[in-house]
Amino acid sequence: MSISGEDLILACSAIGAGLAVIAGIGPGIGQGIAAGYGASAVGRNPGAQGKIMSTMLLGQAVAETTGLYGLLVAMLLLFVKPLLG
Amino acid sequence: MNEAILMSASGADIDFMIHGLYKLNIFGQDVWITTSHVCIVVVMLVLLVFAFAANRALAHAKEVPGTFQNLVELVVELLDGIVESNMGSHAKPFANYICTIFAFILFSNISGLFGLRPPTADYGTTFALGIITFVLIHVTKWKNQSFKTIWTDMCSPLPPWFPLWLPINLISEVAVPISLSLRLFANVLSGTVMMALVYGLLAKIAYVWPALLHAYFDIFSGAIQTYVFCMLTMTYIKQSFGDEE
Repeated sequence: MSISGEDLILACSAIGAGLAVIAGIGPGIGQGIAAGYGASAVGRNPGAQGKIMSTMLLGQAVAETTGLYGLLVAMLLLFVKPLLG
Repeated sequence: MNEAILMSASGADIDFMIHGLYKLNIFGQDVWITTSHVCIVVVMLVLLVFAFAANRALAHAKEVPGTFQNLVELVVELLDGIVESNMGSHAKPFANYICTIFAFILFSNISGLFGLRPPTADYGTTFALGIITFVLIHVTKWKNQSFKTIWTDMCSPLPPWFPLWLPINLISEVAVPISLSLRLFANVLSGTVMMALVYGLLAKIAYVWPALLHAYFDIFSGAIQTYVFCMLTMTYIKQSFGDEE
């Protein structure tokens, strides 16, 4: 069985996509930290729960962006196959 | 590349791509009418019907509101409250825009529940929304701040006579609409892809329990992303008013 250039590119694209979604680790840690501090903030000041909640969600959504960039790169590699030319 | 991005490739039974339905030829350029357009039209029709019904209900507003009138008042007051609490005294001119994109993005995200492909899972849609926000930010900025303040702001960490930092600040300005739109797009797209994978690969056992995933990806994630998009739009616009308050 011989491996053509196209096969090699597809295989490497799949590996690259797998590596790209490792970007998800960062936002996971970040969102966890945000949620933890949010919980402790609610514990200290239960009256401000609504405001804490919306601030936390906003921060988490912004932190999520980097992970989503990784996801996008993975999607492009897998489905659009830009390297095949 | 004449076809829309992500349109060309699609698996056998895993289907989350945008499909071209009808090819137009405008000035020698191939322009496709895609499923996104159709879904946008459906979402807009639903919103329009709702708007007309709400208009009628409020034209004949009663002292003791009925169910529908109550609902409409609740929604409008909720959205106005969000805008008010974020933008303070600047809220009035922007309340309509924020409420409109809120309704549009929310209905678009939820439309995945009804078998449509969410229009916000097409980068064209979200990029248009990002561009609108970008224009609003800059119109507000140039209206409310003098050229000198903007220039000082642009050279920000260094003094204004030494614009070494200017290119970096310019890039961060341009990044605003791109990151805004990519965030919404990637979130909705990831939900769409995940549901397509579940229905495509696990078709034999995909009964009842995908409803939970729908609740998360379509309703929870969709609502959060709607909120975040509107929130960030409001924050950016408020920032562009300068530090008068």
